[in-house]
Amino acid sequence: MLMQEMASVSFQPTTNCGPPGICDYLWLVPAVPIIASGVIGLLKQQKRRTAATLAIGSLSFSLVLALVAFVHVVAGWTHGVAVRETVNFTWIQFGASNVDLGWVLDPLSAVMLAMVTLVGLLIFIYSIGYMAHDENYTRFFCFLSLFAGAMLGVVIANSMLLFFMGWELVGLTSYLLIGFWYQKPAAAAAAKKAFLTTRVGDVFFLLGIVWLFAQTGTLLFYNNGAGSIEHGALAALLAQPAALGLSAAGAIGLLIFAGAAGKSGQFPLHVWLPDAMEGPTPVSALIHAATMVAAGVYLIARVYPLMQAGALAGGTTTPLTVVTWVGAFTAVFAALIAVAQNDIKRILAYSTISQLGYMMAGLGMGGVAVGMFHLITHAFFKALLFMGAGSVIHGCHEEQDVRRMGGLRADMPLTFLTYAIGMLALCGFPLLFSGFWSKDGILEAAQHWSVAKTPFYMLVFGALLTAFYMTRQVGYVFFGTWRGKKPARESPAVITAPLTILAFFAMALGLIGTPAWPWFRGFIESRAVPFEWHGFMEPGLLALMGTSTVMVFLGLGLGWRLYGGQAPKPEQPDVLEKALPLPWAWLRDRLYIDELYGFTVIAFYGWWARVADWLDRRVWGGVVAGVAWAFRGWAHFSRFLDMNWVDGSFDKGCEELASGGGLLSRVQNGRVQTYLRILAFSVVALVAILIWSSLP
Amino acid sequence: MMGQATPLAAYLLVAALLFSIGLAGALTRRNAILVLIGIELMLNAANLNLIAFWRYGPHPELLTGMMFAIFSIAVAAAEAAVGLGLVISIHRHAHTTDLDAMNRMRG
Repeated sequence: MLMQEMASVSFQPTTNCGPPGICDYLWLVPAVPIIASGVIGLLKQQKRRTAATLAIGSLSFSLVLALVAFVHVVAGWTHGVAVRETVNFTWIQFGASNVDLGWVLDPLSAVMLAMVTLVGLLIFIYSIGYMAHDENYTRFFCFLSLFAGAMLGVVIANSMLLFFMGWELVGLTSYLLIGFWYQKPAAAAAAKKAFLTTRVGDVFFLLGIVWLFAQTGTLLFYNNGAGSIEHGALAALLAQPAALGLSAAGAIGLLIFAGAAGKSGQFPLHVWLPDAMEGPTPVSALIHAATMVAAGVYLIARVYPLMQAGALAGGTTTPLTVVTWVGAFTAVFAALIAVAQNDIKRILAYSTISQLGYMMAGLGMGGVAVGMFHLITHAFFKALLFMGAGSVIHGCHEEQDVRRMGGLRADMPLTFLTYAIGMLALCGFPLLFSGFWSKDGILEAAQHWSVAKTPFYMLVFGALLTAFYMTRQVGYVFFGTWRGKKPARESPAVITAPLTILAFFAMALGLIGTPAWPWFRGFIESRAVPFEWHGFMEPGLLALMGTSTVMVFLGLGLGWRLYGGQAPKPEQPDVLEKALPLPWAWLRDRLYIDELYGFTVIAFYGWWARVADWLDRRVWGGVVAGVAWAFRGWAHFSRFLDMNWVDGSFDKGCEELASGGGLLSRVQNGRVQTYLRILAFSVVALVAILIWSSLP
Repeated sequence: MMGQATPLAAYLLVAALLFSIGLAGALTRRNAILVLIGIELMLNAANLNLIAFWRYGPHPELLTGMMFAIFSIAVAAAEAAVGLGLVISIHRHAHTTDLDAMNRMRG
């Protein structure tokens, strides 16, 4: 059904920028925050206000540009034009081939630009309040600004290489910001873990890029038909067989997905994301919930033609099947772990992993629009939840354990209200909230997936779990009675105002993705979308919505029944722990994935390091010592020659000269009359010789 | 000519005697001043030769020998002045004019 819809694109595509338009200035969107970051980096630590002003000002500028670009694309769409404007240029030329960079403005990048700049700006403003007491405020805004610029660079990239540059830069800023409080050992370790784990995926991603370049000779996505994910290149890639019955397109798609899985915390590379919660909460909200972790999903959406290459109508491809299964598994797996966590941010982190799994599954089964719609709605409500959690942590004096909170709905009414909206959006509460519509899009695609029905059941079960663990969290935090030490207080307006704006979006965004008026899907896929009530009347759709609603209410009800009244005190076991102690322990310990890695990868690495150490000490060290010994011997021989031969002859010559000089100096006895005598004798001798020689 | 009265050899003989006396004085005396006197004697022997060879030479009308002699006397006067100055200076330093005591320039 979906593929047929996508085949009916009747819009005329635009391929280049035409007269100077917004596309020509699109590079400013990432460039301005990056420049601002450089300037902030040069500021003194005390220039707090300047730093915040620069960061927020530059991102506001980017937001304005992004909105102009967004409006431009929307305007083109309403006039029946599928906007895809690119600006490409050659970066490096070597021999016959070029490395081209460029940027692209199409519905996909326009939507992402608007989302990243808007959410980013709100989080920047929130950071003013959240980081107010941190002495490294300036450094924080420097990194945050650099992150925003890098992320926007990823979004507009029209070249795999530019994408990868931004990708690595966001990885770097993620590392810097997770380790922002580097004096905490846990934060420093988490930063390293995040960097190394994502690096595993990035190696595969880089391999995919290199392979793609080797096969197609270009890294541009779109280049008037000559780009690497356009028809010509894809046909060539499909014709090229790789190993295991895959075409080159399939193999490259899998490699790229490995990179996306690392960045987006998909199983088995998800282990870094929960630990990344050691960073400041605005960082968790911006990087590890709304934007950077979504970059993997965005990557799959960006190279979707490549992932989809070779699919028959209604069929699927190996990469997309892998994406689906990994996504669906991650969605359930992470949701299960989230049930048994007690750290307010860790619950949200596992929830993020789970939702990223939903997005991946949506991409795998339903296409770009389905996955991207969940990405956009999730970005807003998950940023809202994280910032709400930050507000709670702030109000509870840096307490993060939900068991030491409680009853906060009275102490922090505004935070509670916005958090509840975010939580209901995440759970997919029917009709009113954006999460319902975006999740239903994914479930609908899963229902119609041609390969298997299992992902559908997994995702439905995941929806139940989501509602359950969020109710548990809200029950712990906002209901019952206060179990902490010092009483909580509401956060200042600079924190709550962004929450309110995000809460608005968490509800309102659903309006652009309902079955009756699928504006978002039409926009992404460049189709006209009339408003039709009978969009709801598609066969099975109402039943699906009913199922999903039942699941959500089941989860909410179960959670409320177990945790709604009075959540257990910190020293008491959890309600579920009493009922199911063993599974609870597994979930609490994150299903032992970290331990598994500790026993396998890390143990192997440690063993290998010891081998390398032994080789270094014994083998290479021995070789080096041997060479040194040989040189020492040679030096001794040289010294012997020098002392006994060269020096001897030289010294002898000098002695002779000295004694000769001594002899001569006897003549100069200082007595004038001696000289005179010699003179007279010489003259007499001379005269005698003259006379004698002139004799005939 | 006057030259017939006294032959050239007589002048040369006188000059040679004068030179030998001067040389003997310069070589044997220990007193620096006497050595200087000996040197003056040798110079004057040379002057006498110059005059004699000019007078009995091919161009006695050209005054060349006279010129040489006068130059030589002037140079000898200057040399005597320098020599005496040195002797006085050394005497002030070392309170002696004994040449054998003045051997500080030995090698």
